Amino acid sequence: MTGIYIHVPFCAKKCPYCAFFSEQYGRKTVDNYVKAVIRNLQLYQVNDTVDTIYFGGGTPSLLTAGQISDILEACSKYLHLYQPEITFEFNPTGKRNTYLHDIHSAGVNRLSIGTQSFSDSQLKLLGRTHSVNDGIRTVETAFQVGFNNISCDLMLALPEQSELILHETLETLVKLPITHVSAYLLQIEEGTPFSQNQDLLARCLDDDQSADRYLQTVHFLEDAGIHQYEVSSFAKKGFESRHNLKYWKCVDYLGIGAGAHSCYMGKRFYVPEDVSQFCDGEHQTEIILSENPYDREERIMLGLRTVEGVPAELVKSQKIPLFQKAGYLRIGENGNISLTAEGFAVSNAVISAMI
Amino acid sequence: MDSEKIRNFCIIAHIDHGKSTLADRILEKTKTVAERDMEQQILDNMDLERERGITIKARAVRLNYTAKDGETYIFNLIDTPGHVDFNYEVSRSLAACEGAILIVDASQGIEAQTLANTYLAIEHDLEVVPVVNKIDLPSAQPEKVCQEVEDVIGIPAMDAPRISAKLGTNVEEVLERIVTDIPAPKADTSAPLKALIFDSYYDSYKGVIIYVRVKDGVVKVGDTIHLMATGAEFTVTETGYMTTDRLVNVGELSAGEVGYISASIKSIGDTQVGDTVTLADNPCAEPLAGYRKVNPMVFSGIYPADGAKYGDLRDALEKLQLNDAALSFEPETSVALGFGFRCGFLGLLHMEIIQERLEREYNLDLITTAPSVIYKVTLTDGTVQYIDNPTNYPDPSVLSMAEEPMVKADILVPSEFVGNIMDLCQDRRGTFKDMQYLDDTRVTLKYELPLNEIVYDFFDALKSRTKGYASFDYELIGYAPSKLVKLDILLNGEIVDALSFIVHTDKAYARARKIAEKLKENIPRQLFEVPIQAAIGGKIIARETVKAMRKDVLAKCYGGDITRKKKLLEKQKEGKKRMRQLGTVEVPQEAFMSVLKLDE
Repeated sequence: MTGIYIHVPFCAKKCPYCAFFSEQYGRKTVDNYVKAVIRNLQLYQVNDTVDTIYFGGGTPSLLTAGQISDILEACSKYLHLYQPEITFEFNPTGKRNTYLHDIHSAGVNRLSIGTQSFSDSQLKLLGRTHSVNDGIRTVETAFQVGFNNISCDLMLALPEQSELILHETLETLVKLPITHVSAYLLQIEEGTPFSQNQDLLARCLDDDQSADRYLQTVHFLEDAGIHQYEVSSFAKKGFESRHNLKYWKCVDYLGIGAGAHSCYMGKRFYVPEDVSQFCDGEHQTEIILSENPYDREERIMLGLRTVEGVPAELVKSQKIPLFQKAGYLRIGENGNISLTAEGFAVSNAVISAMI
Repeated sequence: MDSEKIRNFCIIAHIDHGKSTLADRILEKTKTVAERDMEQQILDNMDLERERGITIKARAVRLNYTAKDGETYIFNLIDTPGHVDFNYEVSRSLAACEGAILIVDASQGIEAQTLANTYLAIEHDLEVVPVVNKIDLPSAQPEKVCQEVEDVIGIPAMDAPRISAKLGTNVEEVLERIVTDIPAPKADTSAPLKALIFDSYYDSYKGVIIYVRVKDGVVKVGDTIHLMATGAEFTVTETGYMTTDRLVNVGELSAGEVGYISASIKSIGDTQVGDTVTLADNPCAEPLAGYRKVNPMVFSGIYPADGAKYGDLRDALEKLQLNDAALSFEPETSVALGFGFRCGFLGLLHMEIIQERLEREYNLDLITTAPSVIYKVTLTDGTVQYIDNPTNYPDPSVLSMAEEPMVKADILVPSEFVGNIMDLCQDRRGTFKDMQYLDDTRVTLKYELPLNEIVYDFFDALKSRTKGYASFDYELIGYAPSKLVKLDILLNGEIVDALSFIVHTDKAYARARKIAEKLKENIPRQLFEVPIQAAIGGKIIARETVKAMRKDVLAKCYGGDITRKKKLLEKQKEGKKRMRQLGTVEVPQEAFMSVLKLDE
C-alpha cells in the first residue's frame, strides 16, 4: 500500500537550526499551491491502495483548515483510500482550538506536534517562538478536540542540555496524552545561523554527552511504555507511524509539492525546490535520483534503522559476530539482525562497515 | 669555436644571498631573455623552486656577452642550489666550470653555506670571484664584508664588485670580471672526445637528454658515443646548447663547451651523472675523475596510498632519479602499508621535495614512514650489517655492537644565541669541539652530532632558537658506537611495522610518549576501543587509548528524503579508501605522517 506525502514548504519564520527548504509565503501563493497539490493528486492516477497521508513541512498549518479539507476531499476522490492514517505536523503556537477541531473534522487523525523541548531556556536557545506552556496546552487541546494519536517531537543534544534538563522534559512529556515520540539529535547544518554562532557552538554537547542524552531518552521512554521502533521513533504498542515505516521498509510513497521526495513505481525522485514552478507547471517535475531503488544496499541501510531489522542473510557480513559481541547488534529469533540502542547511536559506522 | 672566448662559471652563495636574482639580471643584461619575458627566478622553473624560493636543480644556460674589449664571449652559466641537502648538485656543477661567482650578502656577511660552497669550489680548482650583493639595504656593510671574506676565506676581496642584483646596480662589473678573472677552458679539440655528464633529464619525445661539459675533442650528430662507466653506446641525434627555455641543436660541441647531447637513449639506467662520454671508434684513454659520488643519508619508506598505484610510483621514482642522482630507491614490503619503496635522500628537505614532486608532478597520494639513517650493527657471530629500515633491526639478543653515523656540524650564529645553540646541541647528544669568533658579533661553533638527531628537524630548531639567524652545514665523519633500541608501536596489540624506529636509549621514553600522543590525536574514534602502545622488546613503555566512538548517526530522514543518508554512506566508503586497515583498526594516512612531526 502506498503512502502520500504532501509537502508544505512555507514558514512564517525559519528556525535557526533548520536547513530544510521553505519559503516566505503570500496568501495568493498558498492558494495556487493548494490547487497545484490537488491537480497533481488527480494527474498521478494512483492505482494502488493508499493507507497513509502525511502533511509535512515547512509549516502545514499555514494552510487554512478549509484548504486541508479540500486536499483531503481530493484524496478521497482521486485515490483508493483504505483506513488511512492521516498525519499533520503542527507547531504549538497561539490558541488554535478551532483550527485543530476543524482539521480533525476534515479527517486528520494523527497529529505530530513540534514541541521540541519542555524547557523554556532550551526553547529560547532553539529560537522557537512557543513556550513550555504553549506545548503542553497544544497537546491537551488536541486530545480534547478528539485526537487520540498524538506524537511529540523532541530535540536531543541541545546546547547545555544536561541530564537533569532532559529528564525534566521527558517527565513532562510522558504525563501528556501522547502515543508517539520522535526524538532527534541536534545536527549543526552548514549554512544555518546555528553553524555561524560561535558562542552557541561552544556550548554544544560533545559526542559522548550526545550519546548519553540519546540513551537516556531511549531508556526513559521504554520505562514509560513508549518503545523504540526506529532510530528516532518511539511509540506505544500499535501506534507506530505507518507512514514513516514505509520509508524504512521500502514501501512506495508519493511526495507531492515543491521539494517533496518520492519512491514510487520503481524510481526515487524529488520535485525541485521551486514553489512557482510547482504552482505554474501542469504536472510536477520529477528529478530522478535512482531507477533501481530497494537494492541490497538501500534495504540494509534503511531496514537497519528499525528494531525489526533485516534478514541476516541479506547482510552477510563477517563483522556481525564482532558487532554482536560489542553490543551493537542482536540476532532475533526470526533470523533478523537489528541494532541495539547503542548500535543506533553509531549506526552510520556500523552500517557502512557491513555494506 | 674559439675556446678562448668561452667562460664556464657558476654562482655559489648561502641561501637567500641573491643567487637567483643575480642570475636573472645576468640573463637580462646579456639580452638572453627579452625584458617582456622576464619573470623572477627564471632558472628556477620548477613550481616548487619558485614557491620555496630555493634552487633544487642545477641548470645550465648559454649567453652571449660583448665585453668592453669589443669581443663577444660565450658564457655558460650553471645555476646551483644553496641548501645544505643539495651540496652534491653544487659539486656536479663545479666540475663543469672554470670559475665561480661567490655572492655574499652585504648585510649578513659570511654564512655556513658561503664557507662550505667556497671550499668546494677551491677543491675543484675554480677561480673564485667574490661579489658583495644587496648594497641597497640600509644595513649593508660592504667594506666590512669584503674584509671578512679576506680574513675568513682568505681570498682577495677588497676590489670585489659591490652590487645590488635586485636593482641591477653594477651588474656589468660582474660580467666584466667573468671575462677578465675566470680563465678560458683549457681545451684540446684534436684529442679524443672526453666529456663529463653533469646532469640529465628525461624528455618524453627525445628520450634521455644529457648535459655535458666537453673537456677534449668534438662530438657531432651521427657520432657513436660510448659511456665509459655503463658501457652503453648510442648514436648522437642532436647536440647543441641550452637557452632558458629550449635546446638549440647546432650539430656539434667541441672542447671547452657546455651543452647537451640527445641520442635516443631510452633507459635512464644507461646514463649516470658523473660518467665520461667518449667516441666508440676513437675513445679516450682514461675517464674523467668525475666527482665525489654522493650517498643518501636519510631513508624512508614511500608507499602509494592506493596500492594499485605501485607501478605509477615506480615509474615516477625512475623519472625523478634521472634528474636526481642522489635519490635511491628499492622495493620493500610492509605488513601495514603493502608494497612500496625504501628511498634514500640527502636530507630531510630533499625528502620533502621528492615527496612533493611525486605528489604534484605525478599526481600520487603517498604515505611516508619516519626517516631513518643507516645504522651499523655487529652481531654476536661477528657479521656486520647496515640497517636502513628499522623493521630489520636485529633482536638485542644477537646484537653485540650498534653504531650510528656521526656528522661534523659547523654552525654560524650571532654571539647572543650561543647559549641557546649549545643547549640545543647538548639536547641532541652533541659533543662540543670548538668555538671561534668570526668577528665581534659572530661565532662559529663546531659540534659532533649523531646524524639521526639532525635529520628530523634540527634546522628548524636552529632557526627558531636564533630568530632565524643561525646557519648550518654538516658533513658525515663516520660511525660511533651508541646505545640504540628499536621502538615498536602497537595498535590493538599488534606491531605496526611502518611505525617502528630506532632511537637512543636515553630518548626512548620521551619519544614513545610523544608518538603515542600524536597517534591518539590522529586516529579517529572507531567502533572499538583502540589501545596504542609503544614497546621496546616486549616491554610496554607508553600507552594511550582511542576510546570507542559513541555517536555517529543521521537522526533525521525528513519526508522520505534519503539522499543525505546515501551521500553520507558514500562519503564514509570514500573515507575508508584513505584509511589503512590494520587488523581491526583503521588508520588514516595522516597518522603515519604525524609521527614525522613530533616537535610541532
